Amino acid sequence: MNAFWLATIGTSLIAFALKYTGHNVPEKFFAHPKVQSVNALIPIALLSALVAVQVFTEKSKLMIDHRLAGLAVATIALFLKLPFPVVVISSAVTSAAIYNWL
Amino acid sequence: MSRIESTTFRDSLSVSFTVGAYGTAFGAAAVANGFSVLQACLLSLLTFSGASQFAVVGVLGAGGSALSGIATASLLGVRNGLYGVIMAPRLKVKGFKRIVAAQVTIDESTAVALGQEVRGESAMRQGFWLTGFGVFFFWNLFTVAGALGAQAMGDIRAWGLDSAVPAAFLGLVWPRLKTNRDRLLAVVCAVFALAMTPVLPAGLPIIATAFIAIAVGLRK
Repeated sequence: MNAFWLATIGTSLIAFALKYTGHNVPEKFFAHPKVQSVNALIPIALLSALVAVQVFTEKSKLMIDHRLAGLAVATIALFLKLPFPVVVISSAVTSAAIYNWL
Repeated sequence: MSRIESTTFRDSLSVSFTVGAYGTAFGAAAVANGFSVLQACLLSLLTFSGASQFAVVGVLGAGGSALSGIATASLLGVRNGLYGVIMAPRLKVKGFKRIVAAQVTIDESTAVALGQEVRGESAMRQGFWLTGFGVFFFWNLFTVAGALGAQAMGDIRAWGLDSAVPAAFLGLVWPRLKTNRDRLLAVVCAVFALAMTPVLPAGLPIIATAFIAIAVGLRK
């Protein structure tokens, strides 16, 4: 089994196990404010790290290229409160234009 | 089941379609990062949690191991467990229904359910099920479309897909940045992951940022 299959199946199994466990533990178990706080912060940390790594790295090297322009446009779109598809598409179009013509 | 409140129905449907459409971005991202169309579809059917799905394809696409991909996706999936804790006493279902409820316990179904609180518990349950099934339907439908579309593209950079994926991540994290502490954490984690990239094996710089989040959350 290659890494992609392993990742597909492993992620799916654990994702369901986490959801199902939640439905089977008493509510007071997670009532602690620190648990709530950590729960809110983990997605922020992981997603921000993913954005940075996807834009500024190639293999294990740091790199600045056409993707920076895509990120800049996405950031502006989010500041302007534009809908999600506009954010993604405007970012892709900018990035593709620079990649193809510069 | 009692009559479905029209407001609840409208809320559920609009969330389902809008969020489901992001499935296009996921299907495309999965294929762009080396997953097959079948694997992309299985992730949407079985994992069914956007952030986790984007994370696992992002980590493997960056050259990370299956284990780093699974770990990152699972850390992001912990919050679904927390939603289950909140929803279970309100849904009051057992056996097979509980299994189905668990699978559709995600950000959106929980958010819509909690949004119906003023209309009573029955409206909350309707909101949960309608949104859960609605997102499931559209998310999977659009995943197929995105995956097939990306497969037909060839060089994904020429189509900007290598920027569309981080743009989608940014779109997911943006609404979560409510306070200055959140924003600072986001910047610190981004910089930390980049600084560690030349040093650590791919995937680990991302997972490591979870510990920064835990440290910040437990402080005080």
